[in-house]
Amino acid sequence: MGSLFDFMLPELKSPMTGASTDALMAFIHIASFIILGGVTIAMIYFAIKYKRRSDDDETPLITHNNKLEVTWSVIPLLLVFVVFGWGYKGWLNLKTVPDNAYEIQVSAYKWGWTFKYDTGAQVGNELHVPAGKPIKMVMQSEDVLHSFFVPDYRIKQDVLPNRYTYVWFQAEEPGESQVFCTEYCGTSHSDMLAKVIVHTKEDFDAWLAEQGSGSGGTPVERGENLISIQGCVTCHSVDGSDKIGPSFQGLWGSERNFESASSVTADENYIRESILDPSAKIVEGFQNQMVSYEGRLSDDDISDIIEYIKTLED
Amino acid sequence: MSTAEVTPASTGNKKTLKVKRFKPSESPKNTYLTDEKGLWAWMTTVDHKKIGIMYLGSVTFFFLLGGILALLLRTELLTPAKTFIEADTYNQFFTLHGAIMVFFVLIPSIPAALGNFVLPMQLGAKDVAFPRLNLASFYIYVIGAIFTFIALANNGLDTGWTFYTPYSTESSSSVIWVTLGVFILGFSSILTGTNFIATIHKLRAPGITWGKLPLNLWALYATSIIQVLATPVLAITVLLLTMERALGIGIFDPALGGDPVLFQHFFWFYSHPAVYIMIVPAFGIISEVITTFSKKHIFGYWAIALSSLAIAFIGFLVWGHHMFTSGQSAVATTVFSFLTFLVGIPTGIKILNWVATLYKGSIEMKTPMIYVFIFLFIFSIGGFTGIMLGALAADIHLHDTYYVVAHFHYVMMGGTLISFLAGLHYWWPKITGKMYNEFQAKVGAALIFIGFNVTFLPQFIMGSQGMPRRYYNYIDQFTVFHQTSTIGSYILGVGFLLIAFYLAKSLMSGEKAGSNPWGSRGLEWQSTSPPDFHNFDHTPVVINGPYDYHKPMEEFQLGLANDHDAH
Repeated sequence: MGSLFDFMLPELKSPMTGASTDALMAFIHIASFIILGGVTIAMIYFAIKYKRRSDDDETPLITHNNKLEVTWSVIPLLLVFVVFGWGYKGWLNLKTVPDNAYEIQVSAYKWGWTFKYDTGAQVGNELHVPAGKPIKMVMQSEDVLHSFFVPDYRIKQDVLPNRYTYVWFQAEEPGESQVFCTEYCGTSHSDMLAKVIVHTKEDFDAWLAEQGSGSGGTPVERGENLISIQGCVTCHSVDGSDKIGPSFQGLWGSERNFESASSVTADENYIRESILDPSAKIVEGFQNQMVSYEGRLSDDDISDIIEYIKTLED
Repeated sequence: MSTAEVTPASTGNKKTLKVKRFKPSESPKNTYLTDEKGLWAWMTTVDHKKIGIMYLGSVTFFFLLGGILALLLRTELLTPAKTFIEADTYNQFFTLHGAIMVFFVLIPSIPAALGNFVLPMQLGAKDVAFPRLNLASFYIYVIGAIFTFIALANNGLDTGWTFYTPYSTESSSSVIWVTLGVFILGFSSILTGTNFIATIHKLRAPGITWGKLPLNLWALYATSIIQVLATPVLAITVLLLTMERALGIGIFDPALGGDPVLFQHFFWFYSHPAVYIMIVPAFGIISEVITTFSKKHIFGYWAIALSSLAIAFIGFLVWGHHMFTSGQSAVATTVFSFLTFLVGIPTGIKILNWVATLYKGSIEMKTPMIYVFIFLFIFSIGGFTGIMLGALAADIHLHDTYYVVAHFHYVMMGGTLISFLAGLHYWWPKITGKMYNEFQAKVGAALIFIGFNVTFLPQFIMGSQGMPRRYYNYIDQFTVFHQTSTIGSYILGVGFLLIAFYLAKSLMSGEKAGSNPWGSRGLEWQSTSPPDFHNFDHTPVVINGPYDYHKPMEEFQLGLANDHDAH
């Protein structure tokens, strides 16, 4: 379906994220063309058929027609509900990251992108990924809003300062795709380009090994070091035992219940908030005693600590 | 002369009036243009017609400015890298193009310019409810404009017309001058809206029940409600932004604990309804013109009237569809997508009602009617692409690309501006008393139609292919689309120049129009052209509705009430 409008879209290189979008667009295009065609033909036909013949043409009094009006209200209503449901389903797919996704940290700044790998390697404006594997991008901005857009994958997500957002894709074949910034960010907004370079699994491993581990070890190593230097371990154990605060072990991805009777799943944004604004959510059974680490830990530091916490499974 | 019986609904009086049938005089004696002359008389006038003309002049001036900026932008985009201006200049130009066109052209164009002129006339009233407030609204608009010009002369503005934070809090351009300008401008909008609501409620001539209210006034009524309810939110938003910049209060700036997404919520809570401030009045004009030139009763009067109100209300609940990729919550995203589709339905109903009005009509393809046909085609494309953008998965791909640029130009330019042209040509003989050259006007309409589609159709394709908006440079694969689009914009430019030429010429050497050149049943056509200083010689009593084309013209006359009977 939809080959008629394929010329409007770039070649789809991540069918897992894009197939639903393409089919939906084709459906809307076809339905729209049929209705637009009908309306236009009716208009032109009426204009010719009922062309004014004399100055005193008489016209009939037709004020309304309930059956007709209900019909042309209900049918479009049903159609748009189909479109809504379809769009929603496709969007859920875009928001649901497969469990085995390979994670890459993204940092956006005026005017470029930095991609960080779990080995500590950092690359600017070139995103290297293996083919056939879901890739999860965990993104944040160092300054203003940016937006990560890969037309070939039909994905887009704004990148915000002080907050993590994510997006995922799975490129099936080795090759290259264009990354754009689509949130206006000043002078060189249009030059904030990057390329996704998709390798075979083997080539990617080789490439990653070649990059080394950057300076100061991998993010996980730096994170482990930081929680020791910053004294986090004084209050938070890494072995599951409770100290003044809850343990870091088993924290990642767990359901956190709070004194306020609300709960949340521990993710990047939760951990970040707990570091910068510890009093916002107090875990059940603990006191509000921690001070904010605002200004003491940089965004990079926090990302590294999160990476370390992720390794502390039960 | 015969007599007829009329119940004066607007007075709430059950008494039935006996009125003489009345035919207005053909030759104007003391028109609003001849009554008081001179610059000072114009500047201090409280006559709604003159104020409408002053708005028309201002809106035209700003349209010229915004249009020149558009042509410069399109010229820069002829080549992928620099063509003739620097990136910063380009960023300022697109910001100003957007801000000027939205705040100074599209929002006031129909309500403040054409609406001011025809609203009291369609009601059979002498003026709006608060004539001095009306003049004040105009000067507030001028003051808002002055602030914007100060910004222009003083570093410009490069944030995009949406002022998204945190870019707008750290940009070195004159954000504060413009936000204050927009803040002031908002009062003009609110006051005009209030004035119109009061006028429609209180100043309807005897005989004009809500069911005989011209659809143009239903549309202006719905618009006024949005203006009064939504504009204060814009005022609060730009004020907070100003405080953020000047004082660093930390509402939007993440570095101070603020939330940049909150700004987007605030901004779109006004700016989405603002889209309806622009488009709903357009619906009013289309309803008037399509009946006049098919000489037939409107199809589905109540459906059209009430769908304007429905759009006004649902329009408040859909702002989040501008933010599907922003990082707002999943629940919000889903709900906003769902509600967005609901607002499409009343709009679709209107289109079908208008087309059905043509059925068995007596259709005359004069220039205003040609614009209505252009509107129906172009605005439908705008609507369908809106459905595309409301669908979540599709929006993720298309958001902030040229597809969106094309979509909102099809809606706002194809909707508001095309219907503004329809209205301008339709009421031009009434406003000026002169006819324009019909042939030249048709050539102008053809140029607009061709130029418009050549400009914006390629933008749908390049947007789908991934071309982001607000780009100064672009990658080579988009070159051919950009160049086609630029050529289209030049054709549009020539079209607008032609329109300006023959309208100006008609003022000097146009044929006399007569009171009702189109044979319309609308009340405003029952006065002389140009209208009498007080709109009508006598307070009219409305016997027939504005769309009663099934009654022959000779029988279609106004009642003439003795003034002490009518009031």
